[in-house]
Amino acid sequence: MTESGTPVVPEGVSELDVVGVRRGSFQVSGSGDTSGFGGLVSPIVMPAPTERPYGGWFDELADEIELALADRNLPVSSVIDKVVVDRDEITFFVLAEYIVDFARMLRDEPGLRFEMCLGVNGVHYPEDKGRELHAVYPFLSITHNRRLRVEVTAADANPHIPSIVGIYPSNDWHERETWDFFGIVFDDHPSLTRIEMPDDWAGHPQRKDYPLGGIPVEYKGATIPAPDNRRAYN
Amino acid sequence: MSDVTYSSAADPGEDVYADSYETVDGTIYNLAGGDWDSIAAAPEGEKERIVVNMGPQHPSTHGVLRLVLELDGETVVDARCGIGYLHTGIEKNMEYRTWVQGVTFVTRMDYLTPFFNEAAYVLAVEKLLGITQDIPERANVIRVLMMELNRISSHLVALATGGMELGALTAMTFGFRERELLLDLFEMVTGLRMNSAFFRPGGVAQDLPTDGEKAIRDTLPLLRKRMKDTADLLIDNAIWMGRTVDVGYLDLQGCMALGMTGPVLRSAGLPHDLRKSQPYCGYETYEFDVPTQTSCDAYGRFLIRIAEMHESLKIVEQCLDRLTPGPVMVEDKKIAWPAQLSIGSDGQGNSTEHIKHIMSESMESLIHHFKLVTEGFTVPAGQAYVAVESPRGELGAHVVSSGGTRPYRVHFRDPSFNNLQATAAMSEGSMVADVIAAVASIDPVMGGVDR
Repeated sequence: MTESGTPVVPEGVSELDVVGVRRGSFQVSGSGDTSGFGGLVSPIVMPAPTERPYGGWFDELADEIELALADRNLPVSSVIDKVVVDRDEITFFVLAEYIVDFARMLRDEPGLRFEMCLGVNGVHYPEDKGRELHAVYPFLSITHNRRLRVEVTAADANPHIPSIVGIYPSNDWHERETWDFFGIVFDDHPSLTRIEMPDDWAGHPQRKDYPLGGIPVEYKGATIPAPDNRRAYN
Repeated sequence: MSDVTYSSAADPGEDVYADSYETVDGTIYNLAGGDWDSIAAAPEGEKERIVVNMGPQHPSTHGVLRLVLELDGETVVDARCGIGYLHTGIEKNMEYRTWVQGVTFVTRMDYLTPFFNEAAYVLAVEKLLGITQDIPERANVIRVLMMELNRISSHLVALATGGMELGALTAMTFGFRERELLLDLFEMVTGLRMNSAFFRPGGVAQDLPTDGEKAIRDTLPLLRKRMKDTADLLIDNAIWMGRTVDVGYLDLQGCMALGMTGPVLRSAGLPHDLRKSQPYCGYETYEFDVPTQTSCDAYGRFLIRIAEMHESLKIVEQCLDRLTPGPVMVEDKKIAWPAQLSIGSDGQGNSTEHIKHIMSESMESLIHHFKLVTEGFTVPAGQAYVAVESPRGELGAHVVSSGGTRPYRVHFRDPSFNNLQATAAMSEGSMVADVIAAVASIDPVMGGVDR
């Protein structure tokens, strides 16, 4: 950290992926905090983009993907936003408009042959402006015994990502679940309806801004505060 | 009765639920059972389609699963699943607990496979912490031991409930009786029959009890004998085969399209097992086979489950043989839970040695204990996806950390959730009774489906 509060970019890393800021050591503000920890400000930094070489079979995989994209006349730089290699897992950040082409390529290309898409999971980063909603797709290739992760981001203001149910039918329910919990609209999904919550439910419960209920207690109007409003470490 | 007044809609003697209304598709009649006579007057020649709601409260729907079946006579034309009746918000809850407390939640998801839920979660957390290689050997052996015993107990329930749903009630009583042997072992080792919260990031909650190894070893012969009895009830049983052979058919192509894993995929002939292809917890060092069938049907899945239970017994025996004394938690005191449990005079409690140490010997240990228990450890920011081979297929945990003391997001790719999508492919075009066999062969657990 520098004095201005901006994170120092570690050596060998092009940029930092700051998705939020954590303040204080306890989650409450405005209390009589005399410890000084309340003044802490630290950015939430996700693993930064990785430059070649990625190491291991990741380079081979990236070569295959680049070749396959070239075969399909898709420019690599506009399809893949960035690549992150972290904890022995490789993540391709793919732009939303190319996810269908990318998924079809992963499935059909003999050198890739990712037979299985193991669903999609939403992650909500309210402070990652313009890309608040992340859809994370884990892929598995049984043929090559490899895994990769594809991450697609969407803005809260326009939460649309094309559906890949046409390529991986198994993603049907997974996309419905992600719509249900995060409000990501998977365009061209055959029937994007709620799956876990009741049909008439309002809101998307796994988003970080979804209000959690407190519990009224029958003692002089007291309530047990909702979990996100309790004093807790963060 | 004179003081009872009926509302205008409820003419006594008429079923208020048995109404009818017009739609663009024709007249829709709502029936609640026992009132079929009331639509005997339906016009002749009209195409008759019957939509049956099976479940969510029905003994043969494997928990609170709702099946919406559209029937033409007794043939299923259209099958749809309604889920969500058991959604408990476990994933959301975990975002407000420490990393260690998360185990207590995940163990309750798929309630027949608590150890697999815990394993997927703790392996993901360990991967985020970068301590995968530091897990003590004994902890890994105990994990494999518990998981394989759990695989047997889960498959026994699959046979028991599946048998019951098809009318084989003795299979049900046998299956649950055998499972009891295993639940007794779980109780002895973890203190709880189910929902053990036994695996912790860094190892397991506590070591096996002193007589644990012997108790497990002593149970195995009886278990093996009884497992054979249960299997003998059904293998080559003409009625059982009549209900399951060629029922719930899903070939390899269908399995791949629908992302099927576990016994369903292996019944299509593909020996895909994560314990072999992407081993974890040291599975690469155990000798076992991956049973497959090529019949693609419910009977094949049944045979696979029987065979897998015997493979699991083989692994359990190997585990017992290689149990050597040692730690069951990582060395790192910043992660390892500070206290060890011990049995006091009241049957529970922390080890008195530890209490004595923190209360009267070392202030620093007390602070350390307090910080670790209340605040918990932090996990460096990032994400990990770890999958284990649960009895139902690939159980994946996608865990995201923002560098804090609590998970930022945890998502489980539960095999039941995914595999249940195959209900339509397996049962459309078959008889109503075969839907039950097809769903039973998927063996979904709604606690895992809905989480």
